[in-house]
Amino acid sequence: MSAGIVIIGAGQAGLSAAEALRRRGHAGPVTLVGEEDAPPYQRPPLSKAYLSGELPADRLWLKPPAFYETAKIDLKTGVRVTAIDRAKKRVITAEGEAIAYDQLIVSTGGAARRPPIPGADLPGVHVLRTLAEADALSGALGQARRLVIIGAGYIGLEVAASARKRGLDVAVFEAADQAMARTASPLLGGWFGALHRGYGVDLQVRAGVAAITGAERADGVRLADGERVEADVVLLATGLTPGVSLAEAAGLNCADGVLVDGDARTSDPDIFAIGDVARFDSALYGRSLRLESVQNAIEQAKAAAAAITGAPASYDPVPWFWSDQYDLKLQIAGLIEGADQMVRRGDPEEGHFALFHFKDGVLIACEAVNRAPEFMAAQRLIAARARPDPDRLRDVTVAMREFLS
Amino acid sequence: MAKITYIEASGTEHVVDVETGLTVMEGAIRNLVPGIDADCGGACACATCHVYVDPDWMARTGGRESMEDSMLDFASDVRDNSRLSCQIKVNEALDGLVVRLPEQQG
Ligand SMILES: Cc1cc2nc3c(=O)[nH]c(=O)nc-3n(C[C@H](O)[C@H](O)[C@H](O)COP(=O)(O)OP(=O)(O)OC[C@H]3O[C@@H](n4cnc5c(N)ncnc54)[C@H](O)[C@@H]3O)c2cc1C
Ligand code: FES
Repeated sequence: MSAGIVIIGAGQAGLSAAEALRRRGHAGPVTLVGEEDAPPYQRPPLSKAYLSGELPADRLWLKPPAFYETAKIDLKTGVRVTAIDRAKKRVITAEGEAIAYDQLIVSTGGAARRPPIPGADLPGVHVLRTLAEADALSGALGQARRLVIIGAGYIGLEVAASARKRGLDVAVFEAADQAMARTASPLLGGWFGALHRGYGVDLQVRAGVAAITGAERADGVRLADGERVEADVVLLATGLTPGVSLAEAAGLNCADGVLVDGDARTSDPDIFAIGDVARFDSALYGRSLRLESVQNAIEQAKAAAAAITGAPASYDPVPWFWSDQYDLKLQIAGLIEGADQMVRRGDPEEGHFALFHFKDGVLIACEAVNRAPEFMAAQRLIAARARPDPDRLRDVTVAMREFLS
Repeated sequence: MAKITYIEASGTEHVVDVETGLTVMEGAIRNLVPGIDADCGGACACATCHVYVDPDWMARTGGRESMEDSMLDFASDVRDNSRLSCQIKVNEALDGLVVRLPEQQG
């Protein structure tokens, strides 16, 4: 009898893999094991419409309960896998149950990173990755007047916007010299910084936090330069620690992520890794990438499902991502690292513009603020390693469609 | 509540009740209507929830917003009655709505 496919982690990637396996006609057992109590849900709204109170929890679910029955996906929520036993091809759960697999998919995502700042584990200090954490944060904000956010990445800034909508005073402290420093260009980061200040957020860059203060619970932060800022709630928005511990303990090759090939296959041919936890080699960018986005979770899941059902995948995406802050939509295609030329299209003063980034004349990334055509066209141009003429790109009277012909 | 008919590209019809306040995209996902991917979950960021609104209903669903319009501009097989279903909010006036699904999304 076939043991079937076991998926560890019932998030976006795990659910997408289960669905893709069924769509491809895989008929054997599929078991989706998730540590969280909630069924698979969307994380993006947790810092956006869910936190601002515009979206109820029942609109977060990725699938209705009937989906799992109809598709014969054995969803086990509230179950944590504690070990992968490669020799016996089975996983062990916290309750001691053993689940056998023919093929295993690791889609464990990760946990919000907690930097080693004194006071980081005081009550009143929050992180945001899971629905339970979002509920805890949202509840705390209901009692609070002043929120301090450590880290001006996407999640920090989205929470800042949502908390402003709820009427809180918000301060954001970022150690780097711009907002969204890890992924956005200086111009974009600076523009978003100014946007938040315009909405009344006290956003400071080059402002490292030395400690979270408070005796029984957090009551503020102390900046590296000694300044003290009061807060009722402190949010650590300082990135993700990929959930590699199971894979590492099982001896799979890992390096800030579980290393996989274009089929999402790990160093064990029967084990795959996908989503935020997986690191793959990108031919497009000439380096290894570990992406944290919904698109990557879905597409890499499809690649693994293809490979498992006998169709090689060679996963090499143009990464894309969006972020909603206030009434703006930021869409980013590609990755800007290594860019040597930037072309601006549209006027940032008007609130909608796109920044195109080139390397050796090849388009590698596009950052678009309320500029969907630029974003959509850039995805295709980047995939084609195209060299669009910078002067024409700058000219808003030339429609983006024209670059595709 | 509104009764919505989703017609797959193959012709298969799904007639389902969708709660007011949800989107036409959510109505499909919740009722296991295949053919709508909705990768971005309704953020108007992915264009994988494309539908064709029955011409008789176009006046009642209203037109495209500008962001939706430009996302659709790059989807495949776009027609005058194309919409992103995550941008159509269900209300009582849409009781009886008919939408058709494209051959493929994206
Ligand atoms: C607040 C927030 C906002 C975001 N906004 C956006 C956005 O606007 N656009 C975008 O593209 N992306 C966004 N992202 C990122 C996106 O949500 C992730 O990239 C995506 O969820 C990754 O999916 P995943 O399945 O790899 O990981 P996850 O969704 O994290 O799923 C992993 C699951 O595995 C479970 N798990 C881990 N270890 C075990 C174990 N040992 N046993 C059992 N289960 C286990 C975890 O509990 C978790 O449920 C956002 C993320 C957050 C947190
Ligand atoms: S669900 Fe992504 S655009 Fe509609």
